[in-house]
Amino acid sequence: MPLFNQLNTYLYLALVLFVIGLYGVLARRNLIAVLISVELILNAASINFMAFNRFLAPHPAVGQVITLFIMAVAAAEAAIALSIIIAVYRRLKSVNVEQATELRG
Amino acid sequence: MNLLSPQTLASGAFLLVVAVTLLGALIAVAARNIFHNVLGLALSLMGVAGVFLYLNSPFVALMEVLIYVGAICIAICFAIMLSEPLHLPRPPRSLAKVLGALAGAGAVFIFLLVLLKKTTWTPAPQRSADWSITTLGHYLLTNYVLIFELVSLLLLVAMLGAIVNARGGRGSS
Repeated sequence: MPLFNQLNTYLYLALVLFVIGLYGVLARRNLIAVLISVELILNAASINFMAFNRFLAPHPAVGQVITLFIMAVAAAEAAIALSIIIAVYRRLKSVNVEQATELRG
Repeated sequence: MNLLSPQTLASGAFLLVVAVTLLGALIAVAARNIFHNVLGLALSLMGVAGVFLYLNSPFVALMEVLIYVGAICIAICFAIMLSEPLHLPRPPRSLAKVLGALAGAGAVFIFLLVLLKKTTWTPAPQRSADWSITTLGHYLLTNYVLIFELVSLLLLVAMLGAIVNARGGRGSS
């Protein structure tokens, strides 16, 4: 059976993508870079949905619908997050996570 | 094995797509220049669109390119232009934090890997093999119409929220 016809291939790909994104969220300090990493994580989830949909689900349309919803919510999330980042930059003159500690006691 | 058989070509193209996805993801996370990060993200998303093609859904692949590469990456580019100048010196990465993040991500990786190895998936009985865009459209406007409307409402609210949040620039403040 070819590689692209097995469920596990896609699951491993999504796993690696997820872990790369998770590392980015944990390690990066630029707010925009953190947002980019979150997009990677969302894409890993999308690949998982699509793979399960392709190989296991009873109806092929369901996973595609869910993936489309993930994309729409990701677009909304990106818009809000970017506007927050710009607001933070205006106030603190920095997009570094470690500078944004106004709420620290 | 014939090197030019459709099977081999498809496998080779699949490996290429996977390599593009992972390379883009690595650039998106590891490069120091934030603009290179966005370009890496776009590369990775193109790869993911290719993976969706292999998963039998050209429509979702198209939407991936349209929404993620076309909209989100461009929006991030605008945010980069509106925020910190790129020529400023960046603070050096602290080794302890990088190691901590590597350890955390590695722990999650090992946990999920073990989980994947140990699980056997049983497919549900297939009720339909209809992958067409028409079916998808019918589903979006019948079974999932509530979520569809909710998502449009969410996008509207997010747009308004983004405008309200990011207002207050030159002139108004």
